[in-house]
This record gives sequence, structure tokens and C-alpha cells, in this order.
Amino acid sequence: MAEKKHTSTHYEKELRDIKECLIYLGALVEKAIELATEALVDRNTELAHKVICDDNTIDQLDVEIEEKCIRILALRQPTARDLRYITTAIKINGHLERIGDMAANIAEKAILLSEESPMKPYIDIPRMAEIARGMIKESLDALVNEDTDLARKVRMEDETIDNLNEQVFRELLTFMLEDPKKIHRALIIMQISKSLERISDHAVGIADMVMYMVTGKIVRHEPS
Amino acid sequence: MQAALTTSMKFRYFKQHVFFAVVRLSALLIALALGGLIAYIVANGISAISCDFLTLPPTDSMTKGGIMPAILGTLYLTIGSIAVALPLGVVSAIYLTEYAKQGKFVRLIRIGINCLAGVPSVVFGLFGLGFFVVFLHFGSCILSGALTLGILVLPTIIGASEEALKAVPQTFREASLALGVSKWETIYKIVLPNALPGILTGSILGIGRAAGETAPIMFTAAAFFTAKLPSSVFDEVMALPYHVYVLATAGTHIDQTRSIQYGTVLVLVGLVLGVDLIAIVIRSYVRKKKRW
Amino acid sequence: MEGNSIIELRNVNFFYGKTRALTDITMDFSKNRVTALIGPSGCGKSTLLRLLNRMNDLIDGTRVEGEIIFEGINIYKPDVDPVDVRRKIGMVFQKPNPFPKSIFSNIAYAPRLAGITKRSDLEFLVEESLKQAVLWDEVRDILGKSAMTLSGGQQQRLCIARALAMKPDVILMDEPTSALDPISTAKIEELIDELRRNYTIIIVTHNMQQAARVSSKTGFFYLGKLIEYNATEKIFTNPDVKQTEDYITGRFG
Repeated sequence: MAEKKHTSTHYEKELRDIKECLIYLGALVEKAIELATEALVDRNTELAHKVICDDNTIDQLDVEIEEKCIRILALRQPTARDLRYITTAIKINGHLERIGDMAANIAEKAILLSEESPMKPYIDIPRMAEIARGMIKESLDALVNEDTDLARKVRMEDETIDNLNEQVFRELLTFMLEDPKKIHRALIIMQISKSLERISDHAVGIADMVMYMVTGKIVRHEPS
Repeated sequence: MQAALTTSMKFRYFKQHVFFAVVRLSALLIALALGGLIAYIVANGISAISCDFLTLPPTDSMTKGGIMPAILGTLYLTIGSIAVALPLGVVSAIYLTEYAKQGKFVRLIRIGINCLAGVPSVVFGLFGLGFFVVFLHFGSCILSGALTLGILVLPTIIGASEEALKAVPQTFREASLALGVSKWETIYKIVLPNALPGILTGSILGIGRAAGETAPIMFTAAAFFTAKLPSSVFDEVMALPYHVYVLATAGTHIDQTRSIQYGTVLVLVGLVLGVDLIAIVIRSYVRKKKRW
Repeated sequence: MEGNSIIELRNVNFFYGKTRALTDITMDFSKNRVTALIGPSGCGKSTLLRLLNRMNDLIDGTRVEGEIIFEGINIYKPDVDPVDVRRKIGMVFQKPNPFPKSIFSNIAYAPRLAGITKRSDLEFLVEESLKQAVLWDEVRDILGKSAMTLSGGQQQRLCIARALAMKPDVILMDEPTSALDPISTAKIEELIDELRRNYTIIIVTHNMQQAARVSSKTGFFYLGKLIEYNATEKIFTNPDVKQTEDYITGRFG
């Protein structure tokens, strides 16, 4: 995080530990999205169940990270860069946990859909999932490298997902108009699309916090 | 290895014991020397002490009678030397510690003061004779003697005063100055009152020592014998140490006056110890009060 | 928000003999604000503080360059009497240093020498000062007792009261709580907050949390230079200079 180390090596270790936990948590939610999408596309209920089950691990890690952050706030009274880092960590942790919940949601929807006959091959949904995962990865890379350019890029990518989401909506709307029997399945797929769109919003949230951590400015409500 | 270690440990304990024994022995020797001296003086002198001895002048060519003029003379000389040396010494010490820029000049003065402290007392006596008695035409009198004794104790008083002034915490000075109090007011109102007990203690101890000096007064103030008591500072006086010297070396009846000699010495020692006692009392009183 | 400045430093250099202790300091202290000076030991922050009431005059072989302007006058002009400066700019030291006198005399000491001799005036002044220093209730019945019998925290508040009795415009505090326990420290900090309304306070502290708590502006010194001078909130959340950030987050040396 910085070329200069803390005088207190313990403190230094605690800060690094939180970062490692966040990256691990990031990897877990990325994997969850990947598996949930796979379960959806392959109509694999077993895999979907596994994703739902694994969300517990994510929740546990979320609690663990939050406790570590609170502990540092209480015991170390961080200032300046450290203060911004800890507040950023707390918020990023929340974002990742929410993404984990979304992935579990998608897995639940995949189970529902697997009980019905396939409507059409999935094209846009896996693309959205792929982009969203990339955004999570990039936002966490931005955190590790304190890279504001990368964070800014994540904010831009959100638009692609939003467009895809709208496209999916329009497409599903035509399906529903054509055949009322497809409405149920189309609504579920809409929810999945919406979840992926929300995941990308959370990734943007992470990137915003990275921007704050590095520059000290809160950019959340500024247009990208 | 273990055996070697214990042997060396044993040797170290042995060395420690030897060292402690030597230290104890030297302390004991000093105490014994002092005790022996005082016991000897008391044993030989106590028979001479009486009410008459302390209140009457000597009679019959100083083989009988008392030593009252010598006691008074010593008191006059001592008080006189305090009056001369204390103000001068304290003022010098204030200059040296509070005002003077610490540099070559001050170091030179300090060296001078230390040298003065090391000069044999007979040299002071000769200086007093040459300067006060002859050059200033004071003659042999209380004034000359007090001035000479005053110069003798000056280094002691300056030293004691400097130490006492330095012992006043710097924070007191800073606190006072930071309140917009001038330097002189700070010294006068804060530093001096806190240093005074230390100055007095050191000075009194120095003067007690001077009271027993013979050499500085024998050319400048002391009389072999005076029938009447001094009426002004320009009169000669008898003094205890000189009286002893005279009786023991210059008299015609040295053996007959043995007990008077010891009696006089006893009174002198008593006087000096009494003065020291005052200093000790002041010091312990101040130590109890001091809380910084 | 920004108050008028009461003390202005213009290109101030300071030397102990040949050693330069402060380099080209230019900064303003705002009226009725608390300004904190922080930095590692030997960075010159205490030296700077002592320049402001000419306490460094007491050390032989020191030299000041530049201007320190207090209420429009350079206090290092030759015709300025440091005694007058110190009456206007009071000081509280690191260790409580009451005089070995009674509580009353400690406070009445300087005003008395400054010409207030009427007993009733002095009594009023002592009470007023002790009340301002939030010590009155604790000592009102023992004004005649030696100040040395008070606790460390009370002694420090007495020293503050003593400084207040001269009715200064500015109070300099040189690590005023470093010798005190946390409760006494909290009381002094609370007091500083109160005093801010009527006095300008400049405080040197090693306790960065304290600087954060009590001050509105903070100056960070390193190796005799003013590295950053900014609003305290800015310094502690997002300082402009990397060195400042390294110091306050504990990444130093």
C-alpha cells in the first residue's frame, strides 16, 4: 500500500491482513457469480445448491472482516490514509457481501428455471455476468494498486451492463407479449438480469471507495 | 565448567567482603579519630569550665580567671566577617549564575575563586596586615580582622551560594519570566527566597570554620591581652584560637595554664559545633518543607 | 470561518549558535482559535513556541532572523521589551510548575508586581482566574495552602489560572498534558475548548489525537521546517503532503 511501513509492525500486519481478507472475499464472490451463471446455463441444480450453500462462507468472512476493521478503529485510532483505508474496507466488505447474496439469488432462480423447459439459449446473461465479474476484479485490483485510472474505468463499464440489462428487458418483453405462458420464466430471467446489473453497481461502489481512499474525495454522487 | 564458575563466584564474593570491610574500617577510623579528639579535649578541659571561666577576664598574667574577652572577641570577629562576606558573596554568586554569560571570563573568575579557597590562611593574615592594617591605616582591630576573615570565607560563601542558586529549579525562573515579570524581580522574589536556606547553611558552615582560624587574625585583630572590652571596631580584641596559641607557646607559665588551654579549646570547639548545629537545623527544616 | 490573524511569522529563521533550528517559517495564527503544532522530537515546534514570547532570549548564543508580528508590531524589534511581550503572551509549560507559595500567591504574584496592589482587586482577580481555569470549586477553601499540595492536574490548571491572571491575548502551551493522567488531560482539553472563546491558544503536543481533538488548525514540523499547515480536519483525514501523512499515521523513521 505504501513504500513506508508502520513503526508498529503489528498494526502494519493487521492492515495487510484486512486487505488479504477482502481480496479473498472478492475471489469467493467472483467464483459464486461464475458458478451461478454456469448452473443457470447448464441447468445444473446441484451446482446451484452449492452456490447457495457457499454463501454462508461469504457471510462469515464478511462478519470477520467487519470485526477486524472495528477492532482497528477502536484500538489504533487510525488517521488520514489509514482512516480512509479502514472506512473503505468496511464499505467494500459490505458491497462484496451483497454481491455474494446476489449470486445466491441467481442460483435460486437457476433452480426455478431448471424445473421448466428452456425458453431460449442464454447469450446476454452470461456476457453480463462476465463483465460484472471483470468489474469486481478490476475494482479490487484498483484497491490493491491504489489505481484511480482503473477505478475510473470500472465506473465507465457500468454503462455497458446497464445497456445490456435494458436490451434483455426489451427482448423478454417481446417474448411475454408473444406467449403469455413464457411470462413466468421471462420474469425470473429479468430478475437475474437485474441482479447482475446490481452487482455491477456494487462493483462501481467499490471503485468509488477506492477513489475516496486514494484522493480523499467522495465521488459517489458525481457523474462518471 | 560448573566448578570453575562457582570458584570464580566465590572469589567475587570474597573480594566483595574484603572491599566492604575496608570501607567500614575507614569510616570507623574517622569516627574514632573525631570521637577520640573530642573525648580528649573534654577530659582535659572540662575541669576548667565554670561560670567564672566563661564570664570573667583573665587575671594573674592569664594563669587564672576566665576567657570572657576572648569569647566575645571571637563572636565579634565572626559576626563581622559574616557582615562583610555574606552580602558580597551572595551578590557575586547571583552575578555568576544568573547574569554573566557563561564563557571564558566567568570560567576565569571561577578559577580565581577556587584558587582563593586553596590559599593558606596565613597568607590571608599577611595580606590583611599589609592591606588593612598598614596600607589603609586601620591598625590591628576588629575591622581589619573581620575583613580578613571575610575574604577568607568568601570563596566558601560564593560556592555555597552558587550551588544553592543552581538548585532552584529552572522551571521557577521560566514560570516567572513567562508571566512578564522582569529578571531582577524574578531573582529577588522567586530565586533568592528559595535559595536562601541553602546559602545560609553553606555560609554558616564556612564561617564556623573561619571562627577557629588563628593565622588570619593574629596579625590583624587579636591582642595578647586586653583588660577592657572593645568599644569600637577599631579596637583590638582577644580571640579564642589566638588565646590558646598564646597560652600554649608564648606564655611564661605554659604548664600551669594547661587546664585553661584545654578549657579554651573546649569552648572554641563547642562554639564551632554550635554554629554548625544551627546550619544543620536550618537544612533539615528546609528539606522537610521542600517539595519540588 | 477564518478569523483574523493575531500573530504573523514572516520568513523566520532561528539559530542556536551555528545550528539552524528553524528554517524560513512563514505562518499566521488566527485570533480566538486553537492552533496545534505537531512533529517528532527536535523538529523545532517547541522552539517556535518559545520564539513567540521571547523565551529563547534566555538562552545564550541564539539568533532570530525574519519578523514575528504581534498586533502589528515586530516583537523582535530592538526597542520592544520582552517583559511587555510576555505579559500579552502567556505560557503554560510541560510540567506543572507552580511556585512553592500558597495557591493565592501563585496567582497574585505577577499581577502584584505589575502594579495591582489593592487586596480586594487581587482577591477578585484570583477568583476570576481560578474560575476560568475551572479550579475554583476545588480550591476555594484552601487558597492559603501551598500549591505543592495539589495534584498534578490541579497544579497544571493552577498554572493556567496563573497565566490567565495577567489577562494575556495569547496563551502558549508546551505539551501541557504530557505529565498528566488521562482524566486530568481530558479536563485540560475541556478547559482549552472553553478558553478558545476569549483567548488565542497555540499548543505544542506529541499526542496527535489531542491535536485532533482541541485544535482547528494544525501545523506539522519536521527538521525545523513547516511541512504542512492546514485545517486540523484536513490534516487528519487527507493531508496534502506525504510526509505529514506518514507522520500522523505512524509511518515514521
